[in-house]
Amino acid sequence: MKRLLLTLALLAAAGLSGCTSRTSGVADANAAPATTGGSAKGDFGPPQGEPIHAVLTPPPRVPPPVNRNHPAKVVVELEVIEKEMPISEGVTYTFWTFGGTVPGSFIRVRQGDTVEFHLKNAPDSKMPHNIDLHGVTGPGGGAASSFTAPGHASQFTFKALNQGIYVYHCATAPVGMHVANGMYGLILVEPPEGLPKVDHEYYVMQGDFYTAGKYREKGHQPFDMEKAIDEHPTYVLFNGAEGALTGDKSLAAKTGETVRLFVGNGGPNLVSSFHVIGEIFDRVQPEGGTHPQENVQTTLIPAGGAAIVEFHLEVPGSYVMVDHSIFRAFNKGALAILKVDGPENKEIYSGKEVDSVYLGDRAEPNLKAVSTAAKAHAAGTLTRDEQIAAGKQLFTGTCSVCHQANGEGLEGVFPPLAKSDYFARDPKRIVDAMLHGVSGKVTVNGVEYHSVMPPMNQLTDDEVANIATFVLNSWGNPGGQVTKEQASASRAENPAATQAEH
Amino acid sequence: MGHLEGIGSVPGFFRALRAGLAALALGLPVAVAATEAGGPVYATVPATSFVSVIETEPGAKPQAVAAFALRSEPVTNAEFLAFAMAHPQWRRGNVPAVFADAGYLSHWQAADALGAAALPRQPVTQVSWFAAQAYCESENARLPSWIEWERAAAASDKVADARGDAAWRRHLLDWYARPSTGALAETGGEANLYGVRDLHGLIWEWVDDYAAMMVSADSRDQNDPDRLKFCGAAAMSLRDRDNYALLMRIAMLSSLKAADTTRNLGFRCARDAKESRR
Repeated sequence: MKRLLLTLALLAAAGLSGCTSRTSGVADANAAPATTGGSAKGDFGPPQGEPIHAVLTPPPRVPPPVNRNHPAKVVVELEVIEKEMPISEGVTYTFWTFGGTVPGSFIRVRQGDTVEFHLKNAPDSKMPHNIDLHGVTGPGGGAASSFTAPGHASQFTFKALNQGIYVYHCATAPVGMHVANGMYGLILVEPPEGLPKVDHEYYVMQGDFYTAGKYREKGHQPFDMEKAIDEHPTYVLFNGAEGALTGDKSLAAKTGETVRLFVGNGGPNLVSSFHVIGEIFDRVQPEGGTHPQENVQTTLIPAGGAAIVEFHLEVPGSYVMVDHSIFRAFNKGALAILKVDGPENKEIYSGKEVDSVYLGDRAEPNLKAVSTAAKAHAAGTLTRDEQIAAGKQLFTGTCSVCHQANGEGLEGVFPPLAKSDYFARDPKRIVDAMLHGVSGKVTVNGVEYHSVMPPMNQLTDDEVANIATFVLNSWGNPGGQVTKEQASASRAENPAATQAEH
Repeated sequence: MGHLEGIGSVPGFFRALRAGLAALALGLPVAVAATEAGGPVYATVPATSFVSVIETEPGAKPQAVAAFALRSEPVTNAEFLAFAMAHPQWRRGNVPAVFADAGYLSHWQAADALGAAALPRQPVTQVSWFAAQAYCESENARLPSWIEWERAAAASDKVADARGDAAWRRHLLDWYARPSTGALAETGGEANLYGVRDLHGLIWEWVDDYAAMMVSADSRDQNDPDRLKFCGAAAMSLRDRDNYALLMRIAMLSSLKAADTTRNLGFRCARDAKESRR
């Protein structure tokens, strides 16, 4: 009920200021318009006043509202930068970016503004680039006018005739590859009266990525053209990296506040079924259009499209944003978190916090202990305690869903790891189980289990050694240490031989 | 089988090869040995008929490409420095802006010195089309045409047209996955069938007719009435899914003006087969 009232209040506020005077673009406080009139009604005359330099922000930040009642000339300077950045923990990728981030810098102007666009291509770029802004009226959306060689700059000007949230992207051949490497972002063309005030605005953009190596395979990963053409992404990500919006980089808000997300989808291939687990969108402008939908669970965001999503927060906790084509969320990285602080509201929701089933390893503030351990190993100074710390974080992501966070498993289904006589008899079994899986009957602590554990051989030898060391030193297990070399030796063994032992 | 111009015969080729191997064994730079033997090495690329990736029509007829000679390696910093010393009008600071932009040889320490950021055996970059033209003239040569360049670059070390070989194509594409913030490698990569090196994986290269390449700045318009401007790259990007690496090279060339210079753009020279056969 509280939410309903608040929603109504918000809508009322939007309605009061939501009308466009056709000629001046100045708000008219009386009637809500049935139509905005589109581009034919979007020219509010020549720019007034001194040119304004647009504030550009990296994701997930959004520039402040335009807060202007007249059309102006807005100068946008955007630089294309090709750079290597992490795409996941321990995995790097050569991204091509607008402004050094994926997605590119957020641009915010007002309907009727004259935008003078300067596209620079960094001197150390390998490729020429250009930009197509979906908010531009004119052939190519700016692409033909902005084709820019490395170390050069180009300029074009357009009038933003249509209000809305628009994708921009690079349109240089091969277009798919430029987009797949991260060349997209959002430009918001505010309606003349601006958007209703909210407590937080955030910028989230989905994209699919195609690497030669498997998901989370460590090291530098090159782009894989075949996978891109076949539309088989290795990663589906919010804001260009796994973990870009989780752990200590989660988005933040408080109960009682309203959040507005500008959600884009750069593609190149996939359409996003955008959903926030545990929330209902009070208001959605689907595909960035003017007429809102209300009370929406999941909204479709086309590749090359965007939506404005708003919701009011009542219950504290972690809200997980996903592409509800759900394997993408849990097996390709399409997870982001909105952390909501505030007092519990048991009348609305009694339950427990969202847990590792949804969050996996992203429930941890970050994976710092994992990288610390990797560095220590490289330096030859890895201690057991570092291994345990790293193993604990990895365990949360990979193992706890079945074996539970407390290592006790589920009797009859998932064997316990805590006080396990199965491991006590032969600690090497932990490593073998991870790398080769377990199938067939096993008896643990007097209970017989007959299910299949798939091999977790996507884990590196480092990771296997750290998880095994963590398990050996937890929950009353006998202690000890497993080295990377032991993991490596187990990996080299014939899996069939390992299974025969069980 | 191609052979090396200036050496002239197949036995001559093997002699040169042996000399190269001997130089390697002695730890000497191979190209120095070759250059001392009589100027830059040109390799013969025999006449053929060839379908360019630019041909977007299905069933396009092969185009006759006459035999020509192509420099086996791109022009290096050391070679370009020698040229600039001999032709002061092409030194940095002396070249009018219409012939080279502000980035011209900007990575050199001085107009007459390479410095730490430009090693002698690295390919010269930050050169304009005009400068590349002038250099090739000084070598009694010219820039290759696109079709010549593409035809030579279609060869792997074993076959004349490797464009259907997925592994070879993947190898070419890997270059694009590396950022170009690090230093360029030196010339002298793997030789292809004709003995030409570094056509892929090192730099972009100017071609004589780069300005005539019909690639749209906006590569997606396929059936636009203005086909001359708009048909090229997009049609290729869809039809010829196998040659992305070349497509990107074409896109790069079509973004350039003749005075432009970039950090990854160099050149090599070519000669008509007849002229170069001395």
